[in-house]
Amino acid sequence: MNVTSYGWLVLAFPLAGTLLIALGWRVLPGRSAGWLGTLSIGLSFVASLAMLKELLAHPEDSRALVGTAFTYLDTAGVVADLSILVDPLSVLMCLVVSGVSFLIHLYSVAYMASDEGYARFFAYLNFFVFSMLLLVLAANFVLLIVGWAFVGAASYLLISFWYRRRTAVEAGIKAFVINVIGDVGLVVGAFLLFDGTGALDYVGVFERAPEVFGENSPQIVTACLMILVGAFAKSAQLPLHTWLPDAMEGPTPVSALIHAATMVTAGVYLIARCHPLFELAPAAADVGAIIGTATLLFAATVALAATDLKRVIAYSTMSQIGYMILGVSVAAYGAGLFHLMTHAFFKALLFMGAGSVIAAMSGQQSLNRMGGFRKAMPFTFVTFTIGALALAAFPLTSGFFSKDEILAFTLHRGSFYVVLAVVGYIAALITAFYSFRMVFRVFLGPTVTQARELEQGQLAHGEHANPATGEEEDTGVGFPGAEHHIAEREWPMKAAMAPLALLAVLAGTVGIPGLTETLEHFLEPTFKESKFHESVPSESAELIGLVVGGLFAIIGIAAAYYYLLRDPMLRLRTRERFKRIHGFLINKWYFDELFDLAIVRPVAACGRFGRSVVESAFVQGVLVGGTVGLVRAGTSFARAIQTGELRAYAALVLMGVGGLVLYFLIVSS
Amino acid sequence: MDTSWFVVLSAFIFCIGAAGVMTRRSPLVVLLCLELMLNAGNLALIAFSRMLGNQDGQVFALIVMVVAACEVVIGLGIIVAMFRRRLPIDVDEMSELRG
Amino acid sequence: MIFEQILFFGAGLGAIAGALGVVLLRNPFYSVLALVTHLVALAVLFLLLQAAFIAAAQVVVYAGAVMVLYVFVVAYVGGSDEPLRPIEGGAVAAFGPLFALAVFVEISIAVLGSSLDALGSRGAEVSAGFGSPAEIGRLLLTKFLLPFEAASFLLLIAAVGAVVLARKRKGLEESSAQDAREPGVHGGAPRVDEPRPDAHGTPRVGKPRPEPSG
Repeated sequence: MNVTSYGWLVLAFPLAGTLLIALGWRVLPGRSAGWLGTLSIGLSFVASLAMLKELLAHPEDSRALVGTAFTYLDTAGVVADLSILVDPLSVLMCLVVSGVSFLIHLYSVAYMASDEGYARFFAYLNFFVFSMLLLVLAANFVLLIVGWAFVGAASYLLISFWYRRRTAVEAGIKAFVINVIGDVGLVVGAFLLFDGTGALDYVGVFERAPEVFGENSPQIVTACLMILVGAFAKSAQLPLHTWLPDAMEGPTPVSALIHAATMVTAGVYLIARCHPLFELAPAAADVGAIIGTATLLFAATVALAATDLKRVIAYSTMSQIGYMILGVSVAAYGAGLFHLMTHAFFKALLFMGAGSVIAAMSGQQSLNRMGGFRKAMPFTFVTFTIGALALAAFPLTSGFFSKDEILAFTLHRGSFYVVLAVVGYIAALITAFYSFRMVFRVFLGPTVTQARELEQGQLAHGEHANPATGEEEDTGVGFPGAEHHIAEREWPMKAAMAPLALLAVLAGTVGIPGLTETLEHFLEPTFKESKFHESVPSESAELIGLVVGGLFAIIGIAAAYYYLLRDPMLRLRTRERFKRIHGFLINKWYFDELFDLAIVRPVAACGRFGRSVVESAFVQGVLVGGTVGLVRAGTSFARAIQTGELRAYAALVLMGVGGLVLYFLIVSS
Repeated sequence: MDTSWFVVLSAFIFCIGAAGVMTRRSPLVVLLCLELMLNAGNLALIAFSRMLGNQDGQVFALIVMVVAACEVVIGLGIIVAMFRRRLPIDVDEMSELRG
Repeated sequence: MIFEQILFFGAGLGAIAGALGVVLLRNPFYSVLALVTHLVALAVLFLLLQAAFIAAAQVVVYAGAVMVLYVFVVAYVGGSDEPLRPIEGGAVAAFGPLFALAVFVEISIAVLGSSLDALGSRGAEVSAGFGSPAEIGRLLLTKFLLPFEAASFLLLIAAVGAVVLARKRKGLEESSAQDAREPGVHGGAPRVDEPRPDAHGTPRVGKPRPEPSG
């Protein structure tokens, strides 16, 4: 089979999984819906591997293959095919997406086992994987937008999975609305490109763009900025980031899959895919770099103060995506994608561990109530710590190599990028601090009751309530299930977390500067036409960067240790002293309030105005009432004639006769 | 006599009948005036039939007489029914045709 | 010729007098009699126009049957004098005669000013049997068969209608007894502000009588 056939298979398996589960959920016994979903993603991963093998069999300069199913639009100068593009970039994304998704499906088989909506969950999850694969395999902007929109829809469905929980539904709507803003940007950008180049497929657009658009011309910059809007909305960068922390209302596997490993990386993929355009519009690329840097700093600071475990991890995701966006915006494509891959591993791992801890806490998510789980949950402790080390970019972990490569590239670019790189290093320090803040707060320190009970072998059984608002809930459909599942007791969860832990440590080996450059080399066919292909930092510069990064990580961890474990009171005293800053951080820099004031309230006021003035006064009053009144007035004469009096009728008839006679008189004379 | 005399006479009777329809209050008399108008029409028909030498006009007038008879029957039936129900036999009071 | 003219003017004046009598006489009974006179005069005019059969039909059917029916109804309903009321019935009654006059003037102009030459003559030459029953009968059964049949059908409908209108309906007697207590209906003061008993013309059904058993 050739490469593109494997590509279609990669897409077909998750789609089949969705349909089978969605249509047959009533007949599927027990947990089989979960196994079916996991199997379909597993098959998709196998197909991706086969696709990789076939691709490598091709010579290096012909590794961009397009497979077309059929042409579904060929009219009025617009040509859009149902076609997929198989090249190193899409194969890498497919492998990461299908591989991590497979492990998360495996994890969910056990984690969601007591949920009433079990089958629905796996149908949605499979649908999401299908959409994401469609997005990365698309060969033209039309199919990309289709995948983009599907991913947004799947995200909404999964965030509000526990649909009877009001906060979850609100979060889903918020995510969807912000994603739609991104969708609009993407569509407008694609249209501007089509307008200029007349093509919709990647190959066509990228070939013609340099001829049609001048460097940094307004059209190409606008198009790229619109594409950036789409990327920022999907990847939760400033200012379209407010949906990501709220999206933690969804079940933990959803957070692991969508909001850590895959969907939020779609923006990074988009920029990497459109890199010829961004190199043609350096202004837009700079905007991307600046926003990425701003986000990574912002998110890192907020993660310092957040109290909900999942939200801390969410902000860390936002921050790391900022690194990736920075990377692909400064043309460090290989580095950015390398970080995407390693981040998928350790972030999914962190979320899985968090899920286990939250289950042990019987649904509670606040850091303030956790502590000392080290003895009670050893497996979770080890894997979580490995993930945190990778996040902090501790020397020799995968995160270490990938993140510091980005910063090295950024420094190398010179001029104002140096500022961005410095900010990146500072944020790396903060990152190390807050990742171990999590570890120390949850697993070390004073042991809480749930941990003590668990050490005795008793899993905590609390009230079923909304962790955020405390509202009472039941365990029927639309709410979380009655039982909680922790990794130590469920082998599927262990089986999913172990490989990720290994990868979080070992995945760095594909990108050690000077030694193995497998990933860079693999991605070369896609990026070899880049202007910055040859301008890489020297080996020594990279090594220096690595050393600096490693040092920062160690300093950060040490600071966290000193601050949190040495003197328990120090934390509270510092918070008192810096109360204003703490308030600012814990309120997420007041972005939500800003949006509420600047956007939500004016729009709502417009709506109210529309309803009270435009609708009732104008439409009802003038248009409808006016028309009615006009008709009434116009026909009042006719109505006045119908008096019911016979004499009047007779008179009218006679007058008619007289009129007729008169007419004929006049006509004939 | 010339035909025009007859036609003008017929017009005169017709207009007297029309004036009567509009002026009188009792529906009985209104019906009588209607008869006047119909007869005037008959006269005109017969006159033209004589003028043309064609008997079609006379047959037409005969049929008009039939129609007038039927109409009188129904009209008087209504008046009798109204009388039986003690409704006012007055044209101005009968305004159920009001729209 | 002379005889003809005298006859014409006599009959013409009779017709006009009858017509005016119908319109102007207050007592409906007198109006009916005036109409009878008018009809007879018209019959004479028909004779002058060589329409013998029609003249006979006019006298026998119209003046004979229809007017007798009228007389019966006037006797039943009661033809008391209609009091003279000025401008009663509003503007229509006031201007009615004027409209009629206007129409008369128009038609007269049309006839007298017409370029139709035949109007100014006696008419075409006719044979001796013109207007005789034989001729009319022949026409009715050949050329005008369909209108003839339709007219008979119309007579049938009128007869059925008359029967329907005249029959007594259930509960009518009770309401008639109720109405007997109310003031006189015809010829009395107009009841302008009284609630109309049957504003929608539906038959008033009083309390349903208990069905006789068996």
